[in-house]
Amino acid sequence: MDLLKEIFEHLQHGDDEKVTALTKNALEEKISPKEILDKGLIAGMNIIGEKYKAHEIFLPDVLLAAKAMHAGMDLLKPLFIQEGIPTIGKVIIGSVHGDLHDIGKNLVGIMLKGAGFEVIDLGNNVPPEKFIETAQQVNAAVIGMSALLTTTMPVMKRVVDLLKEKGLSARIKIIIGGAPVSEEFAQEIGADAYGYDSVNAVETVKKLIREDR
Amino acid sequence: MREIIEISNGDITAEKDKVLMNQGISLKDELPEKVITLLGKAMDIFITFSHPVGIISDISISEFDTVYKGEGLNEKDTPVDEIFRKADNLALFAVTIGEKVSKKIDELFKKNEFAVGSMLDSTASAGADKAADIVENHFFNLLLNNNEITPSTGILRYSPGYCGWHISGQKKLFEFIHPEEIGITLLDSFLMKPLKSVSGVIVAGKKEIHNFEDSYPFCSQCKTHSCRERIRALFIENSPNNRQGRT
Repeated sequence: MDLLKEIFEHLQHGDDEKVTALTKNALEEKISPKEILDKGLIAGMNIIGEKYKAHEIFLPDVLLAAKAMHAGMDLLKPLFIQEGIPTIGKVIIGSVHGDLHDIGKNLVGIMLKGAGFEVIDLGNNVPPEKFIETAQQVNAAVIGMSALLTTTMPVMKRVVDLLKEKGLSARIKIIIGGAPVSEEFAQEIGADAYGYDSVNAVETVKKLIREDR
Repeated sequence: MREIIEISNGDITAEKDKVLMNQGISLKDELPEKVITLLGKAMDIFITFSHPVGIISDISISEFDTVYKGEGLNEKDTPVDEIFRKADNLALFAVTIGEKVSKKIDELFKKNEFAVGSMLDSTASAGADKAADIVENHFFNLLLNNNEITPSTGILRYSPGYCGWHISGQKKLFEFIHPEEIGITLLDSFLMKPLKSVSGVIVAGKKEIHNFEDSYPFCSQCKTHSCRERIRALFIENSPNNRQGRT
């Protein structure tokens, strides 16, 4: 079996040690970091995403695969920076001001990285201005916001409004999610999209970026 | 009556099915060995880092009326509004499993141990609920000792943020029982810190008062409808919610 195929397989089994070793081997064999990422790591995570969506595997399977993905990425990332290889897009994520819930947002971040995005995680309790400032600074394509409380949902609207006020809404798209959030709420506040779970969020972000190009 | 209840870590180890349910896994599913291993790891960490403690205070119907009205943001018609007025006894409560577990979850995510971190989060949520069960049982035993329990008594708890009781109701609830004394604080967004905390009112009265239809306008937005199971359990012999069945 070729090295990329092996990375692809072991990632799906959540074997991070094996993925680390195989990624090192692949680099020694002069396989390009981009090829390792696309045909090994991302390809493996895509299968994981599809299987999870089809209820063929459980959340822990996804998260073990994500750990293996990160193990491989840790070796590749310095090379991407060194060679100036761009990612497929930058996404800012965070739980909005007043909200300390992290897990859902973390899962979205993990899945976005697994799909090849560069994710800038601002953590929780993030003020509206911070989302916009960071998105401008790093030239992000998408802002992803999470809220787990009805009392913090209005903060999402403040970010949407602020983005419009600054004339950035054509360039930076907004996706929102979280237990009390809905498609209707996203439309009501003028967000570009709603993600109902981590897998759907990744698909939606990809769609937003495609539409933008 | 106002009491701080120290709870043993061992008593809040949640049932596997509840933890796995939080992970979207049913016990009917065939569990892979790695899921069982992760669950074991998460349970061990949970026992080491949790520090459960609760506070409870009885409250009259008229006092609770003020707490319930809160900041005036509740839905117009709610089940809680109808239920508490028919109660025989009410108690406010707050319970937490402490901050250390939340810190451990963060730490695991930062170390890319996503699966253990996520399983620990699910374990902690189920553990916080179990701690709330213990406080609810404590109230039941107090009433039992005072001969205020009859075969028709049913006890259930309700929390701000659910069933039309606006989450801002936390403010008045905190002003009444002061959960700060057990380390729970309230943020401006009415979120409790530590995150793995539960608060609300425990309602004791005839079982029938709890039996409401989930046809309120806000029920359509509810993703769990867990009220159905809780109400059903009240009327089933030997179920955990039917304490009469156990005594």
